[in-house]
Amino acid sequence: MIHLKDSNLKTDHKITYLVGDGNISNKAIVPYSDIVCDFLADISISIKKKNNITDYPDLIAFSFWCRKANLSILKNKFYQTSHIRIGRGVVFHISPSNVPVNFAFSLCFGLIAGNSNIVRVSSKYMPQVDIICEVINALLNQSKYSEIKDHISIVQYEYSDRITSLLSSLCDARIIWGGDKTIQDIRQYPIAPKCIDIAFSDRYSISVIDSHIIEKITLKELSKLAAAFYNDAYTMDQNACSSPHIVFWHGIASSKGKERFWNAVYEIAAIKYELTEIKAVDKYSKLLDESIRDNNIIKVVNMENLLTYVEIKELNKNLHQYRGINGLFYSFELKDINSLSDIVNNKYQTLTYYGVDKKILENFVIENNISGIDRIVPVGRALDMDIIWDGYDIISYLSRIVDIR
Amino acid sequence: MKYDTKFIDELKNVPVFSLTLNEKREIYFSLMNKLVSHHYRKCAEYKRVLDILEYDLSVKHDLADIPFIPARLFKLHRLSSIADSDVVKTIVSSGTSGQSRSTIVLDRENSLNQIRVLAKIISSVTGKKRIPMLVIDSPAVLKDRDMFSARGAGILGFSMLATKVEYALNTDMELNANKVKKFSEKYQNEPTLIFGFTYMIWEYFYKVLSESSKSINLENAIMIHGGGWKKLIDQSVDNSTFKNEIKKVSGISSIYNYYGMVEQSGSIFLECERGYLHTSIYSDVIIRRNDFTICDINESGIIQVISLLPTSYPGHSILTEDSGVIIGEDDCSCGRNGKYFLVTGRIKSAEVRGCSDTFKR
Repeated sequence: MIHLKDSNLKTDHKITYLVGDGNISNKAIVPYSDIVCDFLADISISIKKKNNITDYPDLIAFSFWCRKANLSILKNKFYQTSHIRIGRGVVFHISPSNVPVNFAFSLCFGLIAGNSNIVRVSSKYMPQVDIICEVINALLNQSKYSEIKDHISIVQYEYSDRITSLLSSLCDARIIWGGDKTIQDIRQYPIAPKCIDIAFSDRYSISVIDSHIIEKITLKELSKLAAAFYNDAYTMDQNACSSPHIVFWHGIASSKGKERFWNAVYEIAAIKYELTEIKAVDKYSKLLDESIRDNNIIKVVNMENLLTYVEIKELNKNLHQYRGINGLFYSFELKDINSLSDIVNNKYQTLTYYGVDKKILENFVIENNISGIDRIVPVGRALDMDIIWDGYDIISYLSRIVDIR
Repeated sequence: MKYDTKFIDELKNVPVFSLTLNEKREIYFSLMNKLVSHHYRKCAEYKRVLDILEYDLSVKHDLADIPFIPARLFKLHRLSSIADSDVVKTIVSSGTSGQSRSTIVLDRENSLNQIRVLAKIISSVTGKKRIPMLVIDSPAVLKDRDMFSARGAGILGFSMLATKVEYALNTDMELNANKVKKFSEKYQNEPTLIFGFTYMIWEYFYKVLSESSKSINLENAIMIHGGGWKKLIDQSVDNSTFKNEIKKVSGISSIYNYYGMVEQSGSIFLECERGYLHTSIYSDVIIRRNDFTICDINESGIIQVISLLPTSYPGHSILTEDSGVIIGEDDCSCGRNGKYFLVTGRIKSAEVRGCSDTFKR
């Protein structure tokens, strides 16, 4: 047992416990233990019962993910391998301040893998964090969960060398969300020799769409596709690592199909997107800045600042630096996906597709020995968080194999 | 065709707040289109922006359709319409630490025009005669003469309008109360100009005086101040509180705020006696919605500022990151023509969403 309150932290380095009391178990358990699965399923039920839940689509998605049925599926898949596994011990999670439910997913991954967890959440107020912590606290007060009570600490502290350094020194695995800058910051704090780091760096994501098919699909299918694309891109103002920045038009492009697609996305954005003054100025500044930096932009179409797309002239190795924001997209006609083989590097994370055979996409990555692209998912699934993320099988990573022969 | 800056001379005898909507429209239709062509030819980055926006240079455009450059672009690029050998001054925006700063390049002509126009606007409240000036700042701001800070440039610009310049603060930003007292006594019976940045005046002049027992009498002085309200709004100090409090500690009752920015030095927007900021014959404002269409009168939006002065850099039409509202045009009860408006704050900084994040929050 680790007692954070006994450690030699000065009082001016204050830790606030949203969940937990500073006593942290370092006993690992097996992955997908019954108690953890029951606990997460109960979290799912409790969140669904909250009356203001419809205000938070991210909470709905989270509670849907940790429902009992999904956990059973994941558990069955996990135990198809014959290895004996057990958690690593204590996992220290550094969660980002701008994706509210990310910390909850991270905690679930740590628990499922059989670990005790210290999760640092931002001090910035996020209602989703309050709701989830309230649910967890209520459940942990039930005697049936006393066994895992000291497996969960959710903490806040103002940026502090001492605390980060202490928590880094005592964990067995550290998960760093928040991109390159955060990784660089956190890696200054040493971890124990046996401890592992999982770091989620800045990534870049793209869409591959067949415009000929778009020309032919029904209006209903079109608006479904547009809504799916909207969710991937606009929900996080294109700041999520899996949000698309470029749309590659696969095959012989149809300008009619392309236009139909953009118009449909624009119509969804016109209804749903909260375009603020600063977002409009950010986007306009970004567009002009990029245009000055690079002669590759050849045409701009701006639809009332809600959707702006720019055609680029040619592929180049710096493509991953073409980042959109608040509904700014790059657009390129791609006759053969293999022409991306020299372009895609390890910055590329998610490829969303529509109307393109996923086998072609799989072959593109495998046969060209591409160093990037960790996910190939249909348009609309870009933000779906799961136990496989960024190329990691997180549950396997957070547990160790006991090799018995 | 070179943009002819002689118009400044043509407008020389035109009172600075005199032109009505229709008179102004005509002048701006001619001059702004020339200014756009001038920068298009002289500044490669500006040309690129206009090309990307598919701006048609072969026809003349109304002022509302003149492209606007986001102020931020001056932080990301050095936008110049002159040869490097013609640069006489480079002005850098003050910008808080960690933020990138705007860079503005000036040639002799642009620099002179700024001073002339500033003098004309200021003399509308101080009179044509030059008067002694007390700067509520430290002379240390002017140390680096090659790279002027916006604060230094402002002080220097206003200094041109004064017979004598004194600094109220020491190099360590401490108020030299004796000096201020001497200044007030020496010029007891004549008008003087008290100039400074709003926050500096509040923090280093007002706060010190309000806590000291010494009384200072500057009742014949005219105070002109600018530079943004953000830090004062954080302390719940608005324009009327500012005026009342300054009057209490110094006796100054003529207090004029101005709205200006380093990208458009010279053609500042001066507050009138009714508390509204005014465009002059050298400037204009347009308020835009988030889709960049133009707001109605009394509708708040993003402020676009227009100036006839920038010739050495493409700063003639700028989209700011401030929000504001136009109250009316040509009918302010203060008697000045032109648009009158209020600045209501910064456009709110967006909550950054997404995976990439700074841990230090």
